[in-house]
Amino acid sequence: MIDRLNTFIRKVPTWFVYLIGALPAPWLLYLALTGGLGVEPIKALEHELGELALQLLIVGLAITPLRRFAKLNLLKFRRAIGLLAFFYVALHLLVWLVLDVQILSQIWADILKRPYITVGMAAFALMVPLAVTSNNWSLRKLGARWRKLHQLTYVAVLLGALHFVMLVKGFQIEPLIYMAVVLALLATRVKVKRALFAQRS
Amino acid sequence: MAKRWINDLTQADVTPESAFLNRRQILAGLGASTVIGAGFSAGQAQAQEALKPNDWDDIINYCNYYEFGTGKDDPAKNAHTLTTDPWSVKIDGMVERPGDYALGDILAKMTIEERIYRFRCVEAWSMVVPWNGFELADLLEMAGVKPEAKYVAFETVYRPEEMPGTRYPVLDWPYVEGLRLDEAMHPLTLMATGIYGKPLPNQNGAPMRLVVPWKYGFKSIKSVVRITLTDSEPPTSWNKANGREYGFYSNVNPTVDHPRWSQATERPLGGGLFARRKPTLMFNGYEKEVAALYEGMDLTKNF
Repeated sequence: MIDRLNTFIRKVPTWFVYLIGALPAPWLLYLALTGGLGVEPIKALEHELGELALQLLIVGLAITPLRRFAKLNLLKFRRAIGLLAFFYVALHLLVWLVLDVQILSQIWADILKRPYITVGMAAFALMVPLAVTSNNWSLRKLGARWRKLHQLTYVAVLLGALHFVMLVKGFQIEPLIYMAVVLALLATRVKVKRALFAQRS
Repeated sequence: MAKRWINDLTQADVTPESAFLNRRQILAGLGASTVIGAGFSAGQAQAQEALKPNDWDDIINYCNYYEFGTGKDDPAKNAHTLTTDPWSVKIDGMVERPGDYALGDILAKMTIEERIYRFRCVEAWSMVVPWNGFELADLLEMAGVKPEAKYVAFETVYRPEEMPGTRYPVLDWPYVEGLRLDEAMHPLTLMATGIYGKPLPNQNGAPMRLVVPWKYGFKSIKSVVRITLTDSEPPTSWNKANGREYGFYSNVNPTVDHPRWSQATERPLGGGLFARRKPTLMFNGYEKEVAALYEGMDLTKNF
C-alpha cells in the first residue's frame, strides 16, 4: 500500500504541487473582492492567508516523521511546500501592511510594541534566508551549513503558532490545537537527536 | 424621561435600505472607501458628520456573541436556537420594586425611539446602527432605584442547550456587564429592542440588549435577563478574563491603546477590501454628551 503510494508520488511532478498550492491565493482574493469573505474581508483575508501558511509549515514539518514512521516519502515536495508557506506568509504580511494597518508610523509602532506582531515578524524574518537559499545552487554552495541554516524552520513554525495563540481574545481552542501539533512534530526531532547521542556514547 | 436625546439626523435622513444598497453597489466600483471617509478629521464637530447607517445585512452578519461561537458569522448561523418568547427580566438588588418583569409588560410602559448611534468595537472596527429602543433610565425608574445604589449589573441569558458556544470556556459564563449608576441613567444609554424598525435579530441580542454608544461594544450586553442595582462595582466578563486588557469603564478612547493593538483608528465596516481606516473619536464622538461623567478621572488608569 505505502509502496504503491510512494510509486505514485514519484510520478507527480513538483510543478503540480506548486500550482495546486498557489491556487487558494487568487481564489481568496476573488472571494474578498466579491463579498465571499463576509462583511469585513480585510481581516478575513489576512486570517485565511496566515492560517494557510501555518498549515503548510506544519505539512512541511510532518514530512520527515511521515517518512520515518509511516515510510511515506514526500521528500521531493518539501521545498515546494516550504516555498508555498513563505509565499502565504508574505501575502499575509502584505495584507496586514497595505490593507489592514495602512499607516506607516503605526506599522512600526505595532511591530515594536505589540508582542504578537513582534513574534510574527520574527517568524517572517527567519523565513527570508530559508526562502532565498531554497535552490540547488545554495544547497551545493552551503553544503553542511545548509542543513544547519534550515533548522531555523523549527523556530519559525514555533513562532508562527505562538503568534496565533497570542492574538485571539478569550480562551480559544483552535490556536492551541495548532500549537500542540507543532510541539508534537518538533518533539519527534528531539527524540531522534537524543537517540543518536545515546548510540554514539 | 424618554426623548432626552435627539439624533443629529432624523428618521427622514435614514437612507432607505434598498436605496442604500444601490448606492453601495455603485460606489463599490468607484472605490467607496475614499468617499465614505471623505471630509473627516478627528475632533471635528460630529454634528457635521453624516452618519450613514450600515445596511441590515452588515449589521446582522458580523457579530460578536461568543455564546454562539467565536467566528463573526457564527452568531448569525447559530443564534436561531435561542428562545426569546416568553422573556422576562429579573430586576433586583437595591430597588423599590424588585421582581421578574415580563418583557411585554415592560414594553407597554416604555417609549420606543430610533437612535442612530456609532458602534465601536474594541477590535477597532465600527458600524453605524439605527437602533430602536427605550432609555434604560425609564426602566430603572419603573423598578425604583434606592438612594444607596451606585452601580448597575447586567447578565446575559445562559442556556447551554440553546447556546453551542458555551460548551467552550472562552469566557466565564454567563456573560456579565456593569455600569456606574450615572452612566446607566444617562440619556444616551439605551435598551435596544430593534434595528431598522424590525425586531432585534437573535444574533444581535434579542429580545432586548443594552447599547452604550460611547463605550466599546462589549459593554453593550446582549439578551439581558437580569439587572441588579448594587453599591459596589460589579464584575464584568472581559475584565475577569483579562483585566490588563479590558477595564471596567472601557470608554472609547483613541489615546489609550489596547495592549495588543492601537485604538487611534478604526475601520468602518461596509467599505469592502479597500476600506480606509478613520480616526477614532474620543468617547466615540459623544464627548460633548458624556465627558462630564468622567471629570477629574485619570482615563489612562480607569480604562
